[in-house]
Amino acid sequence: MIAVSDVHHHIGQAQILRDITLTLPAGKITALIGPNGAGKSTLLSLVARLTPLQQGQITVAGLDVQRAPSRELARTMAILPQNVAVFSRLRVRELVAFGRWPHHQGRPGPQDAAKVAAALHDMGLDDLSHRFLDQLSGGQRQRAHLAMALAQDTPWLLLDEPLAALDMAHARALMQTLARLRDSGKSIVMVLHEVNYAAAWADHVVALKAGRVLAHGTPETVFAPDVLGALYDTRLRVIRQDGRPLVLHHL
Amino acid sequence: MIVLRARPLVLMVLALIPLALASLLIGVADLSGAQGGLILSISRWPRTLAVMLTGAALAVAGVVMQELVRNRFVEPGTTGTGEAAALGLLLATLAFPEAGIGTRMIAASLGGLAGTAVFLSLIRHLPPQEVLLIPLTGLIWSGVLGAVVLHIGWQTDLIQLVGIWLMTGEFSGVIAGRYELLWIAGLAAGLALFAADRLAILGLGDGVARGLGLNPEAVMRLGLVIVAVVTAMVMATVGMIPFLGLVVPNIVSRVMGDNLRASLPVTALAGAGLLLTCDIIGRLLIFPYELPVSTVLGVLGAGVFLWLLWRRPGHD
Ligand SMILES: Nc1ncnc2c1ncn2[C@@H]1O[C@H](COP(=O)(O)OP(=O)(O)O)[C@@H](O)[C@H]1O
Ligand SMILES: [Mg+2]
Repeated sequence: MIAVSDVHHHIGQAQILRDITLTLPAGKITALIGPNGAGKSTLLSLVARLTPLQQGQITVAGLDVQRAPSRELARTMAILPQNVAVFSRLRVRELVAFGRWPHHQGRPGPQDAAKVAAALHDMGLDDLSHRFLDQLSGGQRQRAHLAMALAQDTPWLLLDEPLAALDMAHARALMQTLARLRDSGKSIVMVLHEVNYAAAWADHVVALKAGRVLAHGTPETVFAPDVLGALYDTRLRVIRQDGRPLVLHHL
Repeated sequence: MIVLRARPLVLMVLALIPLALASLLIGVADLSGAQGGLILSISRWPRTLAVMLTGAALAVAGVVMQELVRNRFVEPGTTGTGEAAALGLLLATLAFPEAGIGTRMIAASLGGLAGTAVFLSLIRHLPPQEVLLIPLTGLIWSGVLGAVVLHIGWQTDLIQLVGIWLMTGEFSGVIAGRYELLWIAGLAAGLALFAADRLAILGLGDGVARGLGLNPEAVMRLGLVIVAVVTAMVMATVGMIPFLGLVVPNIVSRVMGDNLRASLPVTALAGAGLLLTCDIIGRLLIFPYELPVSTVLGVLGAGVFLWLLWRRPGHD
């Protein structure tokens, strides 16, 4: 599990996160939701030790993210940051292969090649693997970065808005892949912009607003109309579809 | 697959051999005379080696700089590294006139290191999507440093020395015993080959690098040392040579991408080949006189670079 305790974060004078104490369950898909600027990306990048922790403590599978060796952390969690932009002119396969770095540190073996091939396949990139990244569309590039995170093959997968730029079919395919990974024992934490993906696929939901946890728990508890309405400051309706909440907000 | 990867490398080696032979054969003195062997070992061979080491090292340093800054339009000659190294060398020469070559080279490298570090902190807050702001800042910074070096040079009557460092890179004065520092530049560039994966991962961004368990600051420091040492050695031995670190990496990247593990050896050989070509042209054009290699490269390099800029669709 991921344990976040007593985390505060500020940038300059602005308080970005206040008093966050949470546990995120292992073996589940956890969705982080909340309005723009709520602090979702900040929280995820603190967990992934991309941003230095200012106060509090975070452990991932028992490893203190501030103290554990960086290679061990890299074999425990993979992170897809929000809006990654890459200047390098790499082929898709070369980018994805870098995901194996924490395991082989420069001496890739046949097992590494197999994981790269599997990740490319899972993201539907078989036919694009020899293309340069600058010859891809935004969504294809996003899938290449996702494949890199998948190739890292870590027990924990942290994804910041992985569906951003993906079309419906690829978004659904990604969620199915993630559900399959969850069923094989992996743990996934993802920031989701579109609440209905969280409603349909997440096992656990954390709702952040203005740097605080507004609610967390099963989709059933978080997707109550009054909770969700307060979260996004908007009028909406929640119905049930196939045993899952479905949010209607085009009213 | 492996064959395909090896091909540019093989091609480069095959191109370099006739160039090196030509460089050994071209000159006023007749190699078939009694002094032929001596001329070869004292002058032609050192010159050919010096040109190749310089070309390879500068091209690699260009790539390293571009990965550190994540911008294609920089090289040590346009980020103040050369001028800062010259400043370090000048100050050491003034402060310790008796100092040996080792001390002065360390001073030059430290100068280059400091100058490049300042450049990196200058550009840290520039918006990354404004691709041309970074080289522009570099040009201004190197202009400022160059002016300081020239001013101190005037004041201390060392302007001639400074002129040799900063202005025209050329190899006509290279003989055995006067180029060996370039081996250090070659070694520093060799270090980049060993760190190719790390440098390539750093180029993907600090976040990605950290996520893969790399310490971006440590890789950054290594890259800085490589760039500073290469630049300092070249500047002090043959003078600054513009454009090479810009043109060669850009062309190689166009052709084979930025997977440095595969592309860096090709870049090194291409740098050696291009500089050797320019040196040979410089020696032939007004034979038996010579044009400085940096002049030839300046014309050729500026042309190639304008072409690169023109055919590159803005930002991709
Ligand atoms: N560099 C920065 N300087 C000042 N404020 C920032 C900076 N980066 C982010 N913020 C602020 O932090 C808050 C949280 O940002 P973020 O975690 O990216 O939100 P989101 O929930 O949309 O992912 C936002 O209000 C944003 O304006
Ligand atoms: Mg965000």
